[in-house]
Amino acid sequence: MHLLLTPGSFPPASLLAVVALPAEVGINHYLLVSALLFAIGFFGVLLRRNTLVIYMCLELMLNASTLAAVAFSRFNGSVDGNIFVFFIITVAAAEVAVGLAIIVALFRLRQTVQTEDLTALRN
Amino acid sequence: MADFLFTLFAFLTVLAAAGVVVNRNAVNAALCLLVSFVGMAALFVLLEAYFLAVLQILVYAGAVVVLFLFVVMLFDVRGGDPRKPYRPIAAASGMAALALLTVGVLSLTKHGQLAAAPPPAMDGGLKVFGYQLLTTYLLPMEVTGFLLLIAMIGVTVLSRKQAEESGDRRQHSEGNA
Repeated sequence: MHLLLTPGSFPPASLLAVVALPAEVGINHYLLVSALLFAIGFFGVLLRRNTLVIYMCLELMLNASTLAAVAFSRFNGSVDGNIFVFFIITVAAAEVAVGLAIIVALFRLRQTVQTEDLTALRN
Repeated sequence: MADFLFTLFAFLTVLAAAGVVVNRNAVNAALCLLVSFVGMAALFVLLEAYFLAVLQILVYAGAVVVLFLFVVMLFDVRGGDPRKPYRPIAAASGMAALALLTVGVLSLTKHGQLAAAPPPAMDGGLKVFGYQLLTTYLLPMEVTGFLLLIAMIGVTVLSRKQAEESGDRRQHSEGNA
């Protein structure tokens, strides 16, 4: 934490260096974009009530993680991370198909996809 | 030039992602998701992962978003979400997540041993990809193919018309088998 708590520098200089127009794009810029996307997706999962939109936000989080993986792979000069992302994309496609089928089945059963109406397991 | 493009596409991706969260209409949210995925593909191009960029467009922007749009339009929920009370705990958790991630990234930048500049050229072409997939990563690829088969069967079972509650046990046992 001492990184953020150095006296007299709020916001910290490293954060400012990241936010400003980068002179040269480094790995930290990609990681910051990835972190932002992940946080936005997480925020959406918490905030939204429509199961479909929650699912979209989950996809966003997954995508953010793949961006970080590709950035690490590029900056390490190896192709292994890219292949890992290839597998992630494949599994994500299967996951989306199954998840949407579950949501459709849920809609058929309950006629709604709003989370506040899906309270069968509450209490 | 690459820096300008990075800034452009990073902003595009992040703003479109924010659009997914704030749009009350699910169709608009799905279209924002599409824009975000395309921006991500552009970032992949900047990272010289050309094959993954194409794959991202094909799989995510092509298949996944279309699937989402199909389901949204199947439900045909008009008017989007009704206005709901602002949930402070959700906002606080999201901010906490963002803060934690930012601290992580900054400390990684400060203490980690990261390459400042990328290696000049990386052979990330299709040839290397195919070679690696069929030699080093042969078993994962087979497992992934099997996973796709399982997903296909699972979706078929899930989206089948459920047997009526009143009877037809035969169909039920068939579904369990």
